[in-house]
Amino acid sequence: MSETNVAASGASVEPSQPRPTAEPAARRGPGADAAPLIHARKLTKRFGEFTAVDGVDFDVQPGEAFGFLGPNGAGKTSTMRMIGCTSPISDGELSVLDMNPRRDGPRIRARLGVVPQHDTLDNELTVRENLLIYGRYFGLPREECARRADELLDFVQLSDRGKDLVEPLSGGMKRRLTIARSLINEPDLMLLDEPTTGLDPQARHLLWDRLYRLKQRGVTLVLTTHYMDEAEQLCDRLVVMDKAKIVAEGSPRQLIERYSTKEVAEFRFAPGIQETLDGQFDGLAERIERLPDRVLLYADDGEDVVASARSRGLHPETVLVRRSTLEDVFLRLTGRSLIE
Amino acid sequence: MTALRLTPMFAFGSRRALRMIERNLLVYKHGWLVLFSGFFEPLFYLLSIGFGLGRLVGDVTGPGGEPIPYALFVAPALLAASAMNGAITESTFNFFFKLNYDKTFASILTTPMSPADISLGELAWALIRGGLYTVGFLAVMVLFGMVRSPLILLTLPGALLIGFAFAAVGMAATSFMRTWQDFDLIQLVVLPMFLFSGTFFPLDSFPEGARIIIQLTPLYQGVDLLRTLAVGVVGPDTLVHVAYLTTMGLIGLAVVSRRLDKLLLK
Ligand SMILES: Nc1ncnc2c1ncn2[C@@H]1O[C@H](COP(=O)(O)OP(=O)(O)OP(=O)(O)O)[C@@H](O)[C@H]1O
Ligand SMILES: [Mg+2]
Repeated sequence: MSETNVAASGASVEPSQPRPTAEPAARRGPGADAAPLIHARKLTKRFGEFTAVDGVDFDVQPGEAFGFLGPNGAGKTSTMRMIGCTSPISDGELSVLDMNPRRDGPRIRARLGVVPQHDTLDNELTVRENLLIYGRYFGLPREECARRADELLDFVQLSDRGKDLVEPLSGGMKRRLTIARSLINEPDLMLLDEPTTGLDPQARHLLWDRLYRLKQRGVTLVLTTHYMDEAEQLCDRLVVMDKAKIVAEGSPRQLIERYSTKEVAEFRFAPGIQETLDGQFDGLAERIERLPDRVLLYADDGEDVVASARSRGLHPETVLVRRSTLEDVFLRLTGRSLIE
Repeated sequence: MTALRLTPMFAFGSRRALRMIERNLLVYKHGWLVLFSGFFEPLFYLLSIGFGLGRLVGDVTGPGGEPIPYALFVAPALLAASAMNGAITESTFNFFFKLNYDKTFASILTTPMSPADISLGELAWALIRGGLYTVGFLAVMVLFGMVRSPLILLTLPGALLIGFAFAAVGMAATSFMRTWQDFDLIQLVVLPMFLFSGTFFPLDSFPEGARIIIQLTPLYQGVDLLRTLAVGVVGPDTLVHVAYLTTMGLIGLAVVSRRLDKLLLK
């Protein structure tokens, strides 16, 4: 406990280890053929007349890290809440841990760890008490709650704040506490709704590391995110949601291969110039996206595109050639950037 | 008919409801002084109105027909009214706040706890607090030598019954509330009930027509229940009061149990 250091910077004590990015389906191994942990068919959520989730199909295998990507209002949280059995499904089929949320809500929830999009900590209690009472809601004996609470405070590097009330904690600390809380019942399946939104880079890396360790222990992770690096780091497989529907599914690599080119050339022009360049990019690349602040040219060889653009007399202020990322997939599928 | 109504009530909540009491105990560990607030209110009324005003009024007719000191007349009524007020505050304002603004309930719902467990636990907690205030108030009555009969001990379960009836109906009403303005309606009902339910003046000081209406109000039922117990003159009326309040509470619970899932699980 003494070596724990939660400086404002959120500095991690351990050197953050380089970690391989998630591999495609092949590495999923043992879980791949087992019965899915979550099974959804034509899953639908309506709020009155409005359809927030419109007949989506997906399966999550044991031990997998599965992501939902999508712009604001796509229906990610609504889907997560149905899986978490806190929101009744309007239509379709859903089974979680081989049980039916309609009937077995409490039994399913007993095995879930839930990190909601917005922190729901008990502001009338201290940091440690938040963990203790949460363990009690799961029916754990008091001594066990105490033991796990101390362990988890250590795990998220909050041991020295145990006696403080929750309210004055920083956003990142609250987020870490919420994650610790979700682990008190040693869940088999974690539902993480934008776990790292609002965190500084160091706190995010700490959380990624923690989630990665959980995954190594065989915990299944389902998460939503707006960060493509997070999706690439953590998810074995993900779906892109847009306007209540799933528009694509696959591993991060598969999605990039399927929906984007190998490379992207990004051109930025001096203010006012881009608008005068209508038609001048035609035929330069496989696909062209004109964003307000830059032009993206998709091709397997970016340098090639730059050269032909120059020979056409185009003179961008800055040029960047990079590999395609999920961000590009997202732009292609939803017509929007990931972070708005 | 009764059997049909009773089924959902017995299915209402589980032992997990006790965890809500545990949570509240943890909260009050941080500020246990707040617990006393509900104790002083009826005490101040007793001192000012019961003894102060009582000196001018002298004796009034008690439940058995014989004259009793005004303070003894008012004390059980104050106990009933404070049981009502405590239950209403807890089950309306506080409950609405926790339902809609505080995320506490939302976080508890991601555990095996159900909406029914939460409500039952909150109800039980409100009753425990009410019970503590009642014990404190009874101690004061003993101190002032106001004990006439051992039956006064039964005012404790009596006050709990009043608390249960009002809290259950309060929660049921809250489940229909949309905005804070709707709560003004509750005040509109509670305040006149507090003033006119035979709390401060005997029933026979009201005109005939008003008397019947007053007798139908739940607070009158509670006031008269505790008054007969405190003075030690029980009769068939006492049983009617108990039956009235029990039914009221059970109906409230039945309504809550049907509406709560809809409210909390969206
Ligand atoms: N309780 C509710 N009542 C009515 N409409 C709702 C409710 N909850 C969500 N919605 C609507 O459903 C749609 C999907 O919302 P949801 O929260 O699932 O989106 P999201 O993908 O999580 O978005 P974000 O990235 O902003 O968190 C939105 O249009 C939202 O307004
Ligand atoms: Mg969301």
